[in-house]
Amino acid sequence: MVPASYYLILSAILFTVGAVGVLIRRNALVVFMSVEMMLNAANLTLLTYSRFLGDVQGQVFVLLVIAVAAAEVAVGLAIVVALFRHEATTDVDEANLLHG
Amino acid sequence: MEMVIFFILAVLAVVAGIAVVAQRSAVRSALFLLLNFCSLAGLYILLNAQFVAMVQIILYAGAVVVLFLFVVMLLGMERAEESPDTRRYQAVAGGLLAVLLLGGVVWALVLAGTGTASATATAGSVRSIGAALVGDFAVPFELASVVLLVAIVGAVVLAKAKLEE
Repeated sequence: MVPASYYLILSAILFTVGAVGVLIRRNALVVFMSVEMMLNAANLTLLTYSRFLGDVQGQVFVLLVIAVAAAEVAVGLAIVVALFRHEATTDVDEANLLHG
Repeated sequence: MEMVIFFILAVLAVVAGIAVVAQRSAVRSALFLLLNFCSLAGLYILLNAQFVAMVQIILYAGAVVVLFLFVVMLLGMERAEESPDTRRYQAVAGGLLAVLLLGGVVWALVLAGTGTASATATAGSVRSIGAALVGDFAVPFELASVVLLVAIVGAVVLAKAKLEE
């Protein structure tokens, strides 16, 4: 049986890769994909603890996280589409209308 | 045996994750994201969470990645490449912060410990999840549906607004 710490370290690595994507990529779509990856890493942690503590609540929480992630993708991609129509770019550095 | 499967899936997930960040083209990033989601679904099955694994395949691999690909391809965004003058210091600072973050998270995990696992888990069954969802978690479950409804209405409003003019 795989120890829980392996899963937790894998989840930490995936979370970090996602965070790097958010920090260094400027294509809004890739930033969204990285955020999804971070959410998945958090889900992996929840499922690991759910498995090793023998409690189903972690899995229920993962389902709620997935629902929120789906909502986030729908709204986020709509914003990207609106941005692309308005500015013809998906570069997050170009989206600085509220910059002041 | 379980260890071998775990390492195959884990390496696959990490490599696909790095490829998502490293690929220049958004379409390829989306396809590597699909690989990442699928290997995570395999890990969920290893964790005795079969129902969540199936939801992961249907919802993430099926719906979210397809949504990404639709947006990329229908709007022709793959032609809108990132400008080549990628600021070097951003990548360096991002990498440094990533190492710090990884160290912090792993340190927190070491401090927290994983406890002595009760390996008796039969908690993955659809029956127990369903009972929890409509039992103890009925209110969050209903709130999630409201969140989804609001998100769908918001997405339609945001994406349609330009067409009316």
